[in-house]
Amino acid sequence: MSSPCLSIKNMTMAYGDFIIQRELNFTINHGDIFVIMGASGCGKSTLLMHLIGLHRPLVGDVFYGEQSLWQADYKARQDLLRRTGVLFQSGALLSSMTLAENVALPLTEHTCLSAQRIRQLVSYKLALVGLAGFEDYYPAELSGGMQKRAGLARAMALDPEILFFDEPSAGLDPVSAKLLDDLICSLRDHLGATIVIVTHELASIFAIGTYSVFLDMETKTMIASGPPKKLLAESKDPKVLRFLTRGASESSSFSEMKHKHEIL
Amino acid sequence: MTLDIRPAHIIVNCNAPLIELVIAGDWLLDSQIADLELVLVQLGDGSKFKKLIFSTESLGCWDSLLMTELIRLIAYSEEKGISVDIKTLPSGIQGLLSLVSALPERAGVRRHSIQISWLEIIGNRALDLQSDINAFIMFIGNLTLSVIAFFRSKAHFRSIDLWRNIQDCGPSALPIITLISLLVGLILAFVGSVQLSLFGAQLYIADLVGLGMTREMGGLMTAVIMSGRTGAAYAAQLGTMQVNNEIDALETMGFDPMEFLVLPRVLALIFVMPLLCLYADLMGIMGGALVTVNFFEVSLIEYLNRTVNAIHLADLSVGIFKCAVFGVLIALSGCMRGMQCGRSASEVGDATTSAVVTGIVFIVIADSLMTIICNRLGI
Repeated sequence: MSSPCLSIKNMTMAYGDFIIQRELNFTINHGDIFVIMGASGCGKSTLLMHLIGLHRPLVGDVFYGEQSLWQADYKARQDLLRRTGVLFQSGALLSSMTLAENVALPLTEHTCLSAQRIRQLVSYKLALVGLAGFEDYYPAELSGGMQKRAGLARAMALDPEILFFDEPSAGLDPVSAKLLDDLICSLRDHLGATIVIVTHELASIFAIGTYSVFLDMETKTMIASGPPKKLLAESKDPKVLRFLTRGASESSSFSEMKHKHEIL
Repeated sequence: MTLDIRPAHIIVNCNAPLIELVIAGDWLLDSQIADLELVLVQLGDGSKFKKLIFSTESLGCWDSLLMTELIRLIAYSEEKGISVDIKTLPSGIQGLLSLVSALPERAGVRRHSIQISWLEIIGNRALDLQSDINAFIMFIGNLTLSVIAFFRSKAHFRSIDLWRNIQDCGPSALPIITLISLLVGLILAFVGSVQLSLFGAQLYIADLVGLGMTREMGGLMTAVIMSGRTGAAYAAQLGTMQVNNEIDALETMGFDPMEFLVLPRVLALIFVMPLLCLYADLMGIMGGALVTVNFFEVSLIEYLNRTVNAIHLADLSVGIFKCAVFGVLIALSGCMRGMQCGRSASEVGDATTSAVVTGIVFIVIADSLMTIICNRLGI
């Protein structure tokens, strides 16, 4: 279970001359629920863009298993990325298509399945995310949470090995966020997928994260990595602790918080 | 996955009232499988078999393909009253099946396509048209109120927005206006020359181009360009603001979107259009001169003299007045479609399209009306 699925080697990301994060090194193992965390604006989402092939790193590379993502030519890169699914922050469903058409889009484009088979697959994926019967709805007719789940159904359309989530619980009520977390966990368990999540939602981080990296905005690199609960218990870095305790590490209630999470 | 892929198949073991399905091989999306109907037929109508169990010892890799087949199988069995023992499936599949059934379909959620008769379609179109006209009248009314507020200097908008809009739809449009008007003047001169040179009256090309541009073509071409350029931009800007809740935000902050967003845009166009029209007239006349001087042995001085004699102030002012009216219409249709925009990307596209179409239709209708009126009045 602990073979590397995705490794990031000596990667520096920049927009033009402006460096976002430098010298990132970490490995994501098969079956992990890997959390990329950090304060707003530290480059979490940018890192995700680099992992899913939307943005080329300034230095360094991303490896899917043994294969390099950025040294590969366009065709090879597309083949690598076919093994991934991405859920964007707001679902990113195509607004001119119904849910069924949205989910069917990658299937019709990348497989040669019959129309009937695609219809069955679409219904199955929508049922998996709890949207059975909503095939003929347009994204604009759904609530934010439902749009997000439909986006997940589309991300899973091709049975990806790696699923990327950009802020999955942003804008969801606590109960919906919890349900989505549970869904992510059971997808990992039952499909054997590897999950990479960009988030700063502490509840999710502690509930489902098996490993994490912490990106820091000031030093422009990762300053901590490890299982989130372990980071909370053992990290000495004040920035990490402040983040993981919602700033409580500076107040007297810090030990209380820590105790609470240990019980959890 | 490095091994050879074994063919996916189902073996049916009957032992009434128990039926066992042996699922074997690799069930992957691109594998060939036999039609499930054959298995469903053997299951029968529920009279022979009462319980369905699975055996999956020789099941290899599987993905969503197996899941869809199982879901179909289980749905069929449940319908026929055959109890299915899911516990005999691998735990991963059990988990996914329980996820699928965790949130059952709510009654009444599914949509069924309904046949609509053509009579109903026509009726709906008519009703749509009516509500469209109502909305347009409402929009004009609201705009009038904000114009009144503007003249009583009670309108709330930022003057920088007005200047920025003037910059966007005025000076920035000059290159395209130059190109198009120059070419239109050139074309008019060529078309006229065919007839006029028959009588040796090449000099009168100046009259034709001058009058044609100032009375009609200068304003019309400017309006068509601005409708595609600025009308579409207005609709897209306001539509995207609608999608991003920006207009709601303005309203909660106590701004009237009509005054804050629409008024500066309309005022900018009304202010700029006559100037652009004047510029287009000039460019058209220069285009005409280019042709006449180069091809028809008329000197530039003669051409310009002829032009000055041919064009009266009335011609010029009719053209400019028309163009100001077109400006109002373009701004109206652009802003109205933008404000009416729905809340998705495709609706921004619809709004933009309909802004340009509405704008051009309005322009042509208004132009015809004004031309007829001028003709009757003898201007």
